[in-house]
Amino acid sequence: MTQIAKPIKRRKIKGDSGAGYAFIAVALVIFALFTAYPVLSALIISFQKYMPLGSKFIGFDNYIDSLKDPLFWKAIKNTVVYTVLTVPVALFISLGVSLLILPLKKKLQTVFKAIYYLPAVASGVALSVVWLWIFDPMPNGIFNQLLGYFGINNVNWLGATSTSMFSLVLMSWLSSHGTSIIIYLAALLGIDDSYYEAAELDGASFLKKLWYIVIPCLKPTTLFLLVTGVIGSFQVFQNAYLMTGGGPDNATTMVGLLIFNNAFKYFEFGKAAAQSLILALIIGGISLIQFKFLGKDVEY
Amino acid sequence: MALYSEHTGKKPLKYARNTVIIIILLLFALATIFPIYFMIISSLGDPVEAGAMSYTLFPTKISLESYKFFFDYSDYSLRWLLNSLIVASVVTVSNVFFASMAGYAFSKIRFKGRSVLFAILLVAMMIPYQVTQVPLYILIVNIFEIQNTYSALILPGLVTVYNIFLSKQFMSSIPGEILECAKIEGCNQFQVYLRIILPLSKTVLAVMAILTFMESWNTFFWPLLVTNTMDMQTIQVGLKNFRFANTTYFAPMMAGATISALPMFILFFSLQKYFLKGVTVGAVKG
Repeated sequence: MTQIAKPIKRRKIKGDSGAGYAFIAVALVIFALFTAYPVLSALIISFQKYMPLGSKFIGFDNYIDSLKDPLFWKAIKNTVVYTVLTVPVALFISLGVSLLILPLKKKLQTVFKAIYYLPAVASGVALSVVWLWIFDPMPNGIFNQLLGYFGINNVNWLGATSTSMFSLVLMSWLSSHGTSIIIYLAALLGIDDSYYEAAELDGASFLKKLWYIVIPCLKPTTLFLLVTGVIGSFQVFQNAYLMTGGGPDNATTMVGLLIFNNAFKYFEFGKAAAQSLILALIIGGISLIQFKFLGKDVEY
Repeated sequence: MALYSEHTGKKPLKYARNTVIIIILLLFALATIFPIYFMIISSLGDPVEAGAMSYTLFPTKISLESYKFFFDYSDYSLRWLLNSLIVASVVTVSNVFFASMAGYAFSKIRFKGRSVLFAILLVAMMIPYQVTQVPLYILIVNIFEIQNTYSALILPGLVTVYNIFLSKQFMSSIPGEILECAKIEGCNQFQVYLRIILPLSKTVLAVMAILTFMESWNTFFWPLLVTNTMDMQTIQVGLKNFRFANTTYFAPMMAGATISALPMFILFFSLQKYFLKGVTVGAVKG
């Protein structure tokens, strides 16, 4: 018996291996060429002064220059400010809205989910066109008209150093939270009813149930949204590029935009690569910290 | 017995509560939808310079002149839409096909180095795109010298790691017994993939297709980098150029924005189910 069984088994594993490689071949080639190679290449370029014909190795100069550059620190500060002002608020809004959707009938839930998701299907460029006019500095701009009703004077939303960052933050608050609302709602629906029943036997109020059951049960979801939100926010580029171009006076220059400018405006590829790797390290570090502090008692 | 009290026996109270909730939700919906509404309404205005007009939230008359203005601006306006369509379609088809193949291999076929390779893919997913953008640009422009071609627009997106991950996650839940049965019946791996895995994964592949198409249609950064003539630009880059060239033409700009977003709105309304499913498919299961 064993004599027959063995060869069959061996043949199967061998055959499977070939098939396995065949199935991943295209994906692997694309990955190697357009992800793995660029990452390694970025590492090399970051130690070079890039020139199209023969780059020069300059050690850690790109890193040192970046860390000495006040603009780099300003960009990091801007990014952090933007993240701190947008991500927690987005989480709060999405949780609140999903809690409100929860008691409604299934059909109504779907309608609201669709409405809140809708703006997310429009491209960033299209939305930026609209928002530019909403923020129009003239008295007939939408926001200025709105403020006019309250007797507040014109605000030069995107054009003034004092308000440009806030304008971008405001835009993010008022843009689509559909994705996180839907994710929160799915998590809320997944909380077992028996928890609530037990709490009700103890006479827990709505707020007590919210605090002692809902918030802890949603912790993995919140962590997921927080981490992905922070990662996304640290890479933010498009809004700053399209709305303010980083100005005025670099008040809205985020790291993502700074790297873009260094690479494709000044063609300092080495510096851009070094800064992008610093950014990758920061993002990795923050994600780790978040998992460590918030993920302590998260069960997956 | 749930988070919310059922108010059994007090129907009016329940209705009152739900009415208040719906009103709040509608107000929030209004704020969310407003930019889209503003965009579409304004696009129906006349193509006059902004200084001569004031914005209205309710249209007094409907004209398509601004759409005409947008298309007249460049000989290539229609070409932009076509380019976006070509790029997004090719990227979508290839992602569905190759990512599902890779997903099948990573979830169901045993081969040497499988877990190491998959771990590498996962790590790569966390690297911000800023890291790869410069070398990728050099690769396409200086090494392959395919700047300003469809290949440049399409190649880097042929298979995304996220899509491989998505299909692997889903296919892991397909019971192995079915596949064993098929193999005993004489199916080879490719037949198993074609006749069993693909039909069973229809939903997740539909979700993947839609999300990939949308992302590819809306992507702005990469086409901006690798195209330099109007005839190769996608609608997003074209719209951006139109915006910078006509800063004072308010209604035509909105018409352009509407044109770029309309295909996605149509897609969304016809395939809403898959869009909404797509949000949770990657998040909750992963």
